[in-house]
Amino acid sequence: MAITREDVLHVAALAQLELSEDEIPRLTRELNDILAAVGKVSELDLSDVPPTSHPLSVVNVFRPDVARPSLPLDDAFANAPERDAGLFRVPPTGAAEESAA
Amino acid sequence: MIDTLRLTAEEAKGLLERGEVSGAELRMAYREAIDARDEELHCFLTLVDGDDNEGVPIALKDVISTKGVRTTAGSKILENYVPVFDSTVADRCKAAGLQLLGKTNTDEFAMGSSTENSAYGPSRNPWDPERVPGGSGGGSAAAVSAGLAPWALGSDTGGSIKQPSALCGNVGLRPTYGTVSRYGIVAFASSLDQVGPVTKTVRDNALLYGIISGRDDCDSTTVEVPPVKLPEAEDLKGLRVGVPKELNEAEGIEPGVAEAVRRAIDLCAQLGAEVSECELPRSVEYGLPCYYLIAPAEASSNLARYDGVRYGLRVPADNYYEMVARTRDAGFGDEPKRRIMLGTYALSAGYYEAYYGQAQKVRTVIAREFAAAFERFDVLVSPTSPTVAFKIGEKAESPLAMYLTDVLTIPPNMAGLPGLSIPCGLSEGLPVGLQLIGPQFSENTLFRTGHALERTIGFDTVPERLR
Amino acid sequence: MPEWEPVIGLEIHVQLKTHTKMFCGCEAGFGGEPNTRTCPVCLAFPGALPVPNQTAVEWTIKLGHALNCRIAERAVFHRKNYFYPDNPKGYQISQYDEPLCIDGSFVVPGPERDSEVGIVRAHLEEDAAKTIHVGGATGRIVGSAHSNVDFNRGGTPLVEIVTRPDLRSADEAKRFLQLLRQTIVELGISDAEMEKGTLRADANVSVREVGETAYRTRTELKNMNSFSHIARGIEAEVRRQIETWESGGEVVQETLDYEVKSDTVTPRRRKEEADDYRYFPEPDLVPLEPERELVDRLREQVPEPPAKRIHELAGVVGFDPALDLVTTGNERKARLLVDNGLDWPTAANIAMNQLSSIDPLPENGAALVAVIKQRERITREAYNASFASSATTLIAVDDVLAQVAISDASELGPLVDRILADNPGQVAAYKGGKEGLLGFFVGQVMKETQGKADPKVVNELLRSRLSP
Ligand SMILES: [Mg+2]
Ligand SMILES: [Zn+2]
Repeated sequence: MAITREDVLHVAALAQLELSEDEIPRLTRELNDILAAVGKVSELDLSDVPPTSHPLSVVNVFRPDVARPSLPLDDAFANAPERDAGLFRVPPTGAAEESAA
Repeated sequence: MIDTLRLTAEEAKGLLERGEVSGAELRMAYREAIDARDEELHCFLTLVDGDDNEGVPIALKDVISTKGVRTTAGSKILENYVPVFDSTVADRCKAAGLQLLGKTNTDEFAMGSSTENSAYGPSRNPWDPERVPGGSGGGSAAAVSAGLAPWALGSDTGGSIKQPSALCGNVGLRPTYGTVSRYGIVAFASSLDQVGPVTKTVRDNALLYGIISGRDDCDSTTVEVPPVKLPEAEDLKGLRVGVPKELNEAEGIEPGVAEAVRRAIDLCAQLGAEVSECELPRSVEYGLPCYYLIAPAEASSNLARYDGVRYGLRVPADNYYEMVARTRDAGFGDEPKRRIMLGTYALSAGYYEAYYGQAQKVRTVIAREFAAAFERFDVLVSPTSPTVAFKIGEKAESPLAMYLTDVLTIPPNMAGLPGLSIPCGLSEGLPVGLQLIGPQFSENTLFRTGHALERTIGFDTVPERLR
Repeated sequence: MPEWEPVIGLEIHVQLKTHTKMFCGCEAGFGGEPNTRTCPVCLAFPGALPVPNQTAVEWTIKLGHALNCRIAERAVFHRKNYFYPDNPKGYQISQYDEPLCIDGSFVVPGPERDSEVGIVRAHLEEDAAKTIHVGGATGRIVGSAHSNVDFNRGGTPLVEIVTRPDLRSADEAKRFLQLLRQTIVELGISDAEMEKGTLRADANVSVREVGETAYRTRTELKNMNSFSHIARGIEAEVRRQIETWESGGEVVQETLDYEVKSDTVTPRRRKEEADDYRYFPEPDLVPLEPERELVDRLREQVPEPPAKRIHELAGVVGFDPALDLVTTGNERKARLLVDNGLDWPTAANIAMNQLSSIDPLPENGAALVAVIKQRERITREAYNASFASSATTLIAVDDVLAQVAISDASELGPLVDRILADNPGQVAAYKGGKEGLLGFFVGQVMKETQGKADPKVVNELLRSRLSP
């Protein structure tokens, strides 16, 4: 399936990348080339093969519910682009949309 | 007078222990070497002027978080980022008394095979400055082979320790997944990333691996590691060595590379190992496509945190979403963008099963093929890289050609296997790397094999032009 | 006119009251100056990694048992990818197709018959941080000047419970939530307070004509932060959908906010991409495979479900009081009185009134009952005082019972006469028809007797004296 300019713009929107005009045709071409190559994986019939999402077969790793010291406020903000007293300031989100939690 | 070109970390440790040099003198020697050669080689992105430690100096790839020392991951988006915490490996190096020389150059977010993707310009190969040192950990590899550091740490996702080590004539270990903590390592692909040592000798490599490896409460994916044994033996008696056809006859392997590797394989037999051919029918053919779906998918998610809110670059805009989109467009270079786009697409609605889901199954197939091979063999051998160091700019125009340079290192990585690359000779005057692959947690076997070969091959790790 | 049937499913988020966050050692819960409960992990600094909170996992299994769920042999954390200022990693660690608790059911007792609500799943995830929208005309999200983020809440363990669309009325939905809340509180895993946001519920609402078997298009209703708002919100949306269908329109799938003041729902604006969350297994975490032994041990720790007790109580005090007693937590107080020999109806009544905001010491049970049984004999003052003090100090029964009300007319008569004599004006006014003044005279008598007079007797005396 070939990737269109629209696909690229849709994916860029998902990935929050504001692509410049000259990047769009180049990325469209490159993504098509790469996907043609990696699409090779679909040659194999693996309907009976389980997926591997982890190279090790480790399970049940936890930490005890015990508090550890948090960062000093100045460390939390050490690299912050914009600090508003004890808060991280960002431009308005604009849309009346809340987090998906 | 300390000859940093030849001094191994083990020897440096000896000098310090016997009080023949001070930590300060040692640091000074490497600083002089850096001042003399790094302008040309561009191994370091940030230099450290000295810390509390007095032990053997070390250089760390710039994806490794170092408290109070700028950590850029080779990206503009982290140009001024100074971590407020140490990665576990940095912490363990400190605890072992190692003193930090600086942070080494890397392809942006470790995405590349030449360091040409670094936002701060490429590093150069000490054997031939017109050529790349490999990547992504080219800065660490070039620094070690040019005597700018006795040893260094790299990180390996698709081959970023093994391949540059091969191209610069170093010993590089990509450890078993889960044996070295990823806590504080700027993430590229979480299910593949591993930190490992880049050194001049196999014993140095084992020493450093001993320092950084082991279970870490801050990384859920780490496990306990069997005690590391410094290799002594000079023979390979009783060792079963497999030569996977597909890894040794893959197209694109240069004749000079194949020949050097062939000689090393013959040496294995002479040293008492039983050597025979074997097959990995699908691991090589499908390893690369599998990798270039899984790694970008994970990367697209791992790089989502660079949103200009809490740290890093921010391009102002009057709306949050515009701010994030502009920041990411301005802050990421072409390769991260390419992989974010590719990975986002591979995970997006309607394509997950065909791409990411299928790639995870291929991963199972690869793991099974290697498992089968290791029922008959202790170690598998192949070239580390199909080619010797290539010219800067040679592959810059074609992402796919660049991706192919990892075709031999990727398959074992997909299965979480350890791989040790040691120099096994020269081709066209440039180092050739031999890749030794073992089952999970077989680092001691790889060290033993590598050490014995190293002794008999007698490769001179100092670039001819610097001798 | 067809008869319409609401079809309602709920999606509930419960904040666990563990000491620490889900994936880092920062303190969880309320309090703390903004961003003082943060670390590299919950601020998503480069390289930071999550490590799961064992208690949160065990509590989720407990809740799964209380919801009669199957506890998965293998559960996996997934990444849910989306951008928002309160989502620092750019993904929320949640669960997707391998949740911890699957396929349960929860019984909601009703006045006539019980209804059983299917539970699709209960899974563990992390809460988002708090985005504070500053400035702008309305101070609402739209048109705000900028937003500030406090990451203290970010990463708090959250259990998401999804029900099947088995609820058939707003009232039933409300009752389900009240009961679920009580269950969670009794498990001791969360305060589950909607006001504080430690319990949040969204409703999936559709309607269909009675007898229809298929479901019609549903909408998702958000932004309701009390039980009554949820009931009212669902009612408003059900009304809207019925009107839409009956006026020949089509209900479209969308997310709506309930606005209390106007009692209406308004559609939410969302980014067109927002729904493609690109879930994939979280590679920084390993799978959960709870050992059977642990799962069984946790099952034994689950208390008897409140629904069962509501049934028992409904028999003696009626359904609504029973439901109130159990879901308000006043049940315990009533039981204390009953255990000390009081009858259920009286005990229920007193628990819901005099004791509604008082939590008496168990040691005071017997004393309270003694006082209650004597309430006709003793003074109001003494009666009320014994409840007030019951939470803090031991009640001296004899002293209380000693404060007998003065009910002897021969003792009260002269006092009444004197008060009438001292207030000729009021007497005239009363006789002139201002009968409300009776209370004034009663008050005077009570004052003179420090509240010891029996109001009944005083009333009688006054009436007879003042009648023409
Ligand atoms: Mg949720
Ligand atoms: Zn934290």
